[in-house]
Amino acid sequence: MTVWIAIGATVVGCYLVKLLGLLVPAAALERPLVKRLAAMLPVALLAALTAQQTFSTGQHLVLDARGAGLAAAALALVLRAPFLVVVAAAVAVTAGVRAIGG
Amino acid sequence: MAEQTSPPAIRTPPATAPTAPTEDKADSAVVRDALAVGVAVGLSGFAFGVTSAGSGLSLLQTCALSLLVFTGASQFALVGALAAGGNPFTAAAGAFFLGVRNAFYGLRLSQLLALPRFVRPFAAHWVIDETTAVTLAQPTRRSARLGFTVTGLSLYLLWNLTTLVGALGAEAIGDTDAWGLDAASPAVFLALLAPMLRTGTERAVAGLAVLLALGFLPVLPAGVPVLVAALAAPALLWAQGRRARRTAKEDAR
Repeated sequence: MTVWIAIGATVVGCYLVKLLGLLVPAAALERPLVKRLAAMLPVALLAALTAQQTFSTGQHLVLDARGAGLAAAALALVLRAPFLVVVAAAVAVTAGVRAIGG
Repeated sequence: MAEQTSPPAIRTPPATAPTAPTEDKADSAVVRDALAVGVAVGLSGFAFGVTSAGSGLSLLQTCALSLLVFTGASQFALVGALAAGGNPFTAAAGAFFLGVRNAFYGLRLSQLLALPRFVRPFAAHWVIDETTAVTLAQPTRRSARLGFTVTGLSLYLLWNLTTLVGALGAEAIGDTDAWGLDAASPAVFLALLAPMLRTGTERAVAGLAVLLALGFLPVLPAGVPVLVAALAAPALLWAQGRRARRTAKEDAR
């Protein structure tokens, strides 16, 4: 049930924020500070989520095979690999390190 | 889902794109560009389906997210927070804040597409990174509308189809961690983040957010550290603004 509550809240919130952009007059959101904040918010959230989902299990910080997988993804990004290759590299390296016993 | 390509063009649209009376782009060229983006990114719904099912969500819940939320980073964030045992509202808050940027895409799109009012509630569901990127690249209103529609439709169909296949596949293979599939979600986030790290400010925000997220992880309930980390954005903008004001004052002296 809690999962459905979370899904419902996300569905409503994400839809309304999309609709908001199409409905409000441009001047309302076009202030420089608001735009800067809107551009920075995803940077902070994505960085936090990347770190957390790589280096934690529950409420514990851990360094395991996912760290190697993320390093492979970072390398793929530096080499300008397409999106799917980046994700595939992370998955393959993580699985490989686990198979070796990492 | 769908935020994967996140080209820099989204944030700094060429000033000429909306109005420049360049030669009419052939409809077929618009459709081809739109389909390329829609198909490439739509396939990554597979990664979401696998991740969501691997996080313990049911097939119905996984598909409901792709059908009704349809903004990939938010979907990944939500299932990650739920898997970590987060409270449903903190989990939804993280997903919501990631979706806020879509409002700013909508602002640009509403000027370019000039949609009738009654169409907007339907078009809104497709306002995401990729449709915005394709639409902003079009020279005329006609091609902008065509690009938005074709990208939105192809991406929506494929994203949902591949979500279903991924969720079914995850159930079939059982232990998704043994296949390294728990690394898919952070890799998706990193791929979305990388093109945004263009200046020192973005890198500083990202670095501070990582420190806050990992630092508070052991002491705060699941889902909350990510929200605390989001404060890195206003904190650094505030510090930057203060420094700019001080420099301006010294210059004036």
